[in-house]
Amino acid sequence: MDEWQVLVPGTGRGEVLVLDEPLSFWGGIDAASGRIIDVHHPQCGESVRGRVVVMPYARGSSSTANTLAESIHRGTGPVAIVMAERDEIVTLGALVAGELYDEWCPVIVATPTILQRLRTGQLVRVDTRDSPVVSQGG
Amino acid sequence: MELALSDDDRARLAGDCGEGLALAMRVLVGVAAAMRAPRLLDITGAHIDGCLYQGRVGIDFVERLAADGARVRVPTTLNVGSLDLLHPQLYRGDPVDAEAGRRLMQAYQDLGCRPTWTCAPYQLEVRPGFGEQIAWAESNAIVFANSVLGARTHRYGDFLDVCAALTGRAPAAGLHLAANRRGEIVFDVTALPRRLLGSDALYAALGHLIGSRTGKSIPVIVGLPAATEDQLKALGAAAAAAGAVAMFHAVGITPEAPDVATALHGQPATVTIEVTADEVRRSRDELTTGSGDTVGAISLGTPHASLEEMAAVVAILDGRRVHDAVEAYISTGRGVAAKAESAGITAQLEAAGFTVVTDTCTYVTPILRGRGPVVTNSAKWAYYAPANLGLDVVFGSLDEVIESAIAGEVVRDRELWGD
Repeated sequence: MDEWQVLVPGTGRGEVLVLDEPLSFWGGIDAASGRIIDVHHPQCGESVRGRVVVMPYARGSSSTANTLAESIHRGTGPVAIVMAERDEIVTLGALVAGELYDEWCPVIVATPTILQRLRTGQLVRVDTRDSPVVSQGG
Repeated sequence: MELALSDDDRARLAGDCGEGLALAMRVLVGVAAAMRAPRLLDITGAHIDGCLYQGRVGIDFVERLAADGARVRVPTTLNVGSLDLLHPQLYRGDPVDAEAGRRLMQAYQDLGCRPTWTCAPYQLEVRPGFGEQIAWAESNAIVFANSVLGARTHRYGDFLDVCAALTGRAPAAGLHLAANRRGEIVFDVTALPRRLLGSDALYAALGHLIGSRTGKSIPVIVGLPAATEDQLKALGAAAAAAGAVAMFHAVGITPEAPDVATALHGQPATVTIEVTADEVRRSRDELTTGSGDTVGAISLGTPHASLEEMAAVVAILDGRRVHDAVEAYISTGRGVAAKAESAGITAQLEAAGFTVVTDTCTYVTPILRGRGPVVTNSAKWAYYAPANLGLDVVFGSLDEVIESAIAGEVVRDRELWGD
């Protein structure tokens, strides 16, 4: 397996937010602010706004695509998403925001080795035109 | 894995059929690649739930698709919208949202979709047959199509449903493929009391239990007596709300499960769960947030009531009226509503104090006056309404709901539940 698989192209730079558990964007984040509002999520109260969100996979409703697209368009969403598994709903949400508004939030799948190196608070840059796709600082 | 496209797919992608079709195709191809589909397949129909207003992006997307006159390529039905277009006075929310909701509903009609406005498209005259490849959205409709009709759809939702409808194509992956329809977890209900097994409330409570325990895999239910479509509808809707269930097998009842071995595709079950009456009662209690005895409202028809369900309400009422302090709602599709009207059922329901809601549903849009607790026979309504509407809810059987509506306080059938 390649170290990276690109599900949605784009570039994004920001602080990493590693989610300890999968998140459903629908009902899980407030699209007006980017805050995690799912009271069952361990990181409830944190914000995905401007972050490179690292998550194992997405959870729950197919409306997650709608909430993700809405948050990207409002500027309250992540600037990049790095996942452990392919996810069609997250792909769909990011793809629609890119297609409609030319606001591309890259979505990539990474190997466990790469994922383990990412720590909350690190500043990283995701650029799907380059290899490697994630670089420190930038 | 490379996605192999047909000549038609490539022509649409290149913009030969207009920019709307090219956009639909780009989204479909992007998602198909994420699903590792080797190719796309033809579908014979679609059901769209993107017509419920959730924000700006939903409107922008459909209007962009429609900008150069694109029309759906396969017969396409529409799920509920934000408004009851036949009874607009029932809406109690923000007029700006109402206008946006109306505009979105119109945009989907302009694409050539049928204004069915129902979450139960399987209750329409024409419905997909066994083995038919379709692209349906709305979780309860997906699970019914796969399980009860034996049609094949993956879990579609916002955006992708309309892309499939416009192109007549879907990713050849997920539940479209026979190998992915194998049951894995067995739920055995053989030990449940006979009276509970015959009750409509069992199906909703059992669906909730199964959804909570199954995650994304396909459950196989053993030991159900002959079930009606309405009971299977309640089971599937509950399982899809509480979990991500898109299909179930009920042995001896659903078409891909003549016996357990066939449902499991000849492989062993990952786990077998013996369902007890205690667990069913616990599901009922998980679906109940309300305390106190006074009833503010009752809500029936989630998913949309069938004609048989509406007639059953009239039969249980038996000429009695709901309590003056109780709001009583029953939601249904406009197709069923027209039949209920001509059969005289609507007049009897209204005389008893009921309001019939069409085109939308009482948990997705502001219709209730906002007094709880609300008593319902729908596990799905009970699952979503407390968060959506900020109301307490009490889940019960249809008899319990009607008796509660008449009494104005929660009536429990202790013998049914073994309390």
